[in-house]
Amino acid sequence: MLKINNLHAGVEGKEILKGIDLEVNAGEVHAIMGPNGSGKSTLSSVIAGKEEFEVTGGEILFEGEDVDELAAEERAHKGIFLSFQYPVEIPGVSVTNFMRTAINETRKARGLEEMPASEMLKKIREKSELLEIDRNFLSRSLNEGFSGGEKKRNEIFQMAMLEPRLAILDETDSGLDIDALRIVSNGVNKLRSKDNAVIVITHYQRLLDYIVPDFVHVLLDGKIVKSGTAELAHVLEEKGYDWIKQEKVSN
Amino acid sequence: MELKDKLVSSFPAHEGGTDVRSPLHRIRTEAMKQFEHKGFPSKREEAWKYTSINTLLKPDYSLFPEGGKGLEFEEVKRYFIHDIDSYRIAFVDGRYDEGLSAMAHEGFDICLMSTALEKPGYREVVEKYFNSTVNTEDSLTSLNTAFLREGVFVHVPKGKVVDKPVQILHFSTGSEPALLLQPRNLIVAGENAQVQVIERHQSLSDHPVLTNSVTEIFAGKRAMVDYYKIQNDKLSASLIDNTYISQERESHVSVHTFSFGGKLTRNNLNFYHRGEYVESTLKGVTILEGQQHVDHHTLVNHARPDCESHQDYKGIYGDRSTGVFNGKVIVEKEAQKTNAFQQNNNILLDDKATVNTKPQLEIFADDVKCSHGCTIGQLDDDALFYLRSRGIPAREAKALMMYAFANNVLESVKIPEVQARINKLIARKLGVRMGFASEE
Repeated sequence: MLKINNLHAGVEGKEILKGIDLEVNAGEVHAIMGPNGSGKSTLSSVIAGKEEFEVTGGEILFEGEDVDELAAEERAHKGIFLSFQYPVEIPGVSVTNFMRTAINETRKARGLEEMPASEMLKKIREKSELLEIDRNFLSRSLNEGFSGGEKKRNEIFQMAMLEPRLAILDETDSGLDIDALRIVSNGVNKLRSKDNAVIVITHYQRLLDYIVPDFVHVLLDGKIVKSGTAELAHVLEEKGYDWIKQEKVSN
Repeated sequence: MELKDKLVSSFPAHEGGTDVRSPLHRIRTEAMKQFEHKGFPSKREEAWKYTSINTLLKPDYSLFPEGGKGLEFEEVKRYFIHDIDSYRIAFVDGRYDEGLSAMAHEGFDICLMSTALEKPGYREVVEKYFNSTVNTEDSLTSLNTAFLREGVFVHVPKGKVVDKPVQILHFSTGSEPALLLQPRNLIVAGENAQVQVIERHQSLSDHPVLTNSVTEIFAGKRAMVDYYKIQNDKLSASLIDNTYISQERESHVSVHTFSFGGKLTRNNLNFYHRGEYVESTLKGVTILEGQQHVDHHTLVNHARPDCESHQDYKGIYGDRSTGVFNGKVIVEKEAQKTNAFQQNNNILLDDKATVNTKPQLEIFADDVKCSHGCTIGQLDDDALFYLRSRGIPAREAKALMMYAFANNVLESVKIPEVQARINKLIARKLGVRMGFASEE
């Protein structure tokens, strides 16, 4: 589904990603772990198409197509979704209206009719129940005055509404208490299928107890330096990242 | 001939038919003297520093149009808020159009200014209120007073509530090569009286039109007046508006100004407090493009204790358009416990667009709460990326953000149909279909 070959990218002439290789297939969950500043958030932003980052080498193939020339919205239309580490507050636009606009724009881009209002309402009800979201919440301005946990839950609610093929969860666990973490992980797990894939970006192993990955990759200084199974996350939790750095040096 | 000379020399002919003993004659003659003395404002004056009306003075305006063909309601229906029942007073090329209008004389008066000025029955009201709030130093107000011919008179006596909004529309048809209009409105709401007014100036041709409008509003004790100005005129039309509001104890007056159209628009909005516990609301949304220019000059004179004023103006400026916001708040020594809030936020969409914003607070009392804030910025890139990453295209995402930016000003619009219309105008102005606009 996603194939990243020797990706180099940066911002304002400073290289942050220094040759990333990653392959994610349908039905898989990948975790990308790494210390602060290793390039985790840059990688997610670059895949989602944030314009301030410049790709200086390599390629990102999604369903076999190079996405380099595609705008963020076009990537979204193809089924790429990014759950933001810091969701932006948009006063004056309700969660419901935002979702309706996003879904109908996506449908339009795919050559489909607008979703009938009744179907939209049904879907909103269904997905908000999945994320244990209160109805009042949906008529509030997008992210405005939301707590950290509410913002993250709202991100996964959007994911549930948009049903992406590839979801990238950027530090979705940060700022979550244990209940919210359970709700969010439960939501993500319910949305998993053999047709979609998830990339979980996190500092901590904690989230991976709930969303169990098939593969774990360690990102260090803009490169994936180690890959393994879920077991690797436990090792990292125990031993930190230093041993990998040393291993890398001694290699 | 220069416009000023033309006006000065045609005044005697204009005034010829008037009873020289009437107080009106005295007021108009005095106003003419004022105008002759001061002339049109120039950029040398502080209050006109960023707004030049020089090009507006060039056309050879017709001052006393003969009145062209009448208009059918269907032709101009879309300029009214037509999905509500309302009282209507419409003018075509400066003349009253009976076919488009629906006046009222039962319980309250919604009628022509000329009627009010001439009929003895109204004499007392007119003598008490007419021209009593205006700034006689303002030469354009003086000019309007001097040439006053027509306008709207709304008189709501004590305790009466006007059951439907009053719509005032001024159409110009292009029957003259260039037209100068000087409408005048007098709104008097007695104790506990309530009235809502919607005002719009609309040119139907590409001939130059300059409208120099003056409105006086008197809100009696506990009266409530809501005034909506919809400014979405053609690029050949310009508007200079002077509105003066006098508020008695516990009265509430709100003025919403929606400026989307026209070549040049100047809004001078002046509030004067005459009693305690007064509330004044001044809100505006401005969305401009091309080389349009809008200048909002507001004044709130807190002269009595325990009063509140709320100002919130939002501006979105594209292309080479220019905007001005000058908000003056005076809190006099006596006006303790004043609560004055002022906010002006602007978004510049293009490098060539400019806005000049200036809060001016003059506070002479010591126990007051006054706040002001102004911002000038661009659309936030992170927010745009957020919306686009959800599949909303760049253009729609920008529009959504601009809509959200302007939207909170609409919350205080009390007539849902007006709110819906403004929503639509904003959507059209921003060039998008916005399904979300009509919701909730």
